[in-house]
Amino acid sequence: MGATLAEKILARASGQDSVRPGDVIEPRVDLAMSHENAALVINQFTEVYKDTGLDSRVWDPSRIAIIFDHRVPAEGMKTANNQKKIREFVTAQGITKFHEIRGDEGGICHQILPENGYVRPGQVLVGTDSHTTTHGALGALAWGIGATEMAAVWSLGRVLNVEVPATIKVVVTGEMKEPVSAKDLILYLIGHITAQGANFRVLEFHGPAIRSLSTSGRLVLSNMSVEAGATAGLVIPDAETERYLREEAGVTDPIELLQPDDDAVYERVVEIDISNLEPQIACPHTVDNVKPVGEVVGKPINQIVIGSCTNGRLDDISVAAAILKGKKVSHSTRMLVFPASGRIYRQAMDLGYLQILMEAGAVVMNSGCGCCLGIHQGALADGEVALSTTNRNFKGRMGNPNAEVFLCSPAVAAASAITGVITDPRKGN
Amino acid sequence: MGKVVYEVGNDISTDAIYPGRFMATVLPSETPQFAFADEKEFNAKLTKGEVADGDILLAANNFGCGSSREQAASCLKGYGVIVVARGFARIFMQNAVNLGLQTVVAPEIEASVGDELEITQTEVINHTTGKSYATIAHPPARQAIIDAGGLIAYARKKLLEEKGVKSA
Repeated sequence: MGATLAEKILARASGQDSVRPGDVIEPRVDLAMSHENAALVINQFTEVYKDTGLDSRVWDPSRIAIIFDHRVPAEGMKTANNQKKIREFVTAQGITKFHEIRGDEGGICHQILPENGYVRPGQVLVGTDSHTTTHGALGALAWGIGATEMAAVWSLGRVLNVEVPATIKVVVTGEMKEPVSAKDLILYLIGHITAQGANFRVLEFHGPAIRSLSTSGRLVLSNMSVEAGATAGLVIPDAETERYLREEAGVTDPIELLQPDDDAVYERVVEIDISNLEPQIACPHTVDNVKPVGEVVGKPINQIVIGSCTNGRLDDISVAAAILKGKKVSHSTRMLVFPASGRIYRQAMDLGYLQILMEAGAVVMNSGCGCCLGIHQGALADGEVALSTTNRNFKGRMGNPNAEVFLCSPAVAAASAITGVITDPRKGN
Repeated sequence: MGKVVYEVGNDISTDAIYPGRFMATVLPSETPQFAFADEKEFNAKLTKGEVADGDILLAANNFGCGSSREQAASCLKGYGVIVVARGFARIFMQNAVNLGLQTVVAPEIEASVGDELEITQTEVINHTTGKSYATIAHPPARQAIIDAGGLIAYARKKLLEEKGVKSA
């Protein structure tokens, strides 16, 4: 009996020939990521070592990544003090993969990890962030954990008491027609299988439509897999994975493209043909409340957001710039753009995208997560409506429980910025 | 026996349980004040001490979906409430187990605010309606952490074993 990709990775990481769903294992960790919530991890890590008489050293400072992205630069003294505490810990422990608030090396954790070549196929990667699933796009088994669980990882180098999850195979066929994108595909899938459809399960993406997606698009699929409840969202690594790692992430050492077995056992197979897929919108207040754009066109929007770990990459900004070139953001709305990293910011600047977007009226912000989860900049007023390329539309998500968030692709966001209402990018204004 | 003090529906996210704007507050000793901060009535009930240890927060499916923020579990743990739900999202469930917030999965549960519920090893008995609902036990991987008194204690034991130190 063959193994899914998740089973292969977990077997290897736990030193076994094979594992099956339901097995309890302690996989070793290749990379452990945190952001500002490292402040809590540090607290819990100290608790683990309390009264042991042991010197509290992390298991491997080269395998811990800490990226400041949630509230950058600090919006207040509480965050500033948390960041200071983390900096001191990073120095004391010799943690090497630390990304400060900087224009050269900084950015959103789920962009920083891939673009710096920290993520490889076959790895076990855990992060104190639910969108850690993002890194499945490169064939790493990557999942979100809480701060206390991370404290145990920092202490021991492995995840304790992991129950091997079953895998759902998602086979995607058909050709994606611009401006339809990976975002529309993942929104459609979440709407189809529901917000809990993959809870405690791994999604494994297959099919020609996945193979023809760029890594940037694959990152969107894996990123939002968690919105269907998935533990992880895996793309089978291939030549595109290798191209990305070599050309964009600067990886020079050997890359193994670990594959699932042909006779792997899946709990369920979901088949999607995207030939006729329309741009999709996730309506308030759950991510699975998904409708084709045609059903919500004309909805007035107060704030347009392009950015986040989901859709703040260079191709996303490029799509927006192409649509907004020579046009104006409607004065009935406002538009914020958050490039996902300093590198992407600089690339978008070099290519003239930021110039186009600012001339159109958009405000280009620094890289960060804050707006998406309503903790730093871009909060909504009572009764306001946002249209955003981010990943969640829960009640209160953008900082106000009396506001609404609609989720969409960069093309829908940009087309809607011109009109001030939800607009089908295939029809324009 | 515990009383249902609050009832919520499907897909209650961690943004609802612990709104993002309070995320810079991290310590379990400080998070309870912000539990369900945007649900003013329930938050007031909690912060005024009108909820007793062992009282029940009743939820439907996918409770705790969304972010991995551990504050969503620690803020409820601070009041000693038990969360009885038809189902939980994975990360929230694991955080609850790790921190010692009691969670009960009862896929068919039906109850209303004010009902008196008794939680046994295998079922939830609604003494107000007289009906019983089967529960799904934690798998051994999670039960071992609960039995150890939470993940900190469990990890500490593992650490001492690994370093060859006998625990006291």
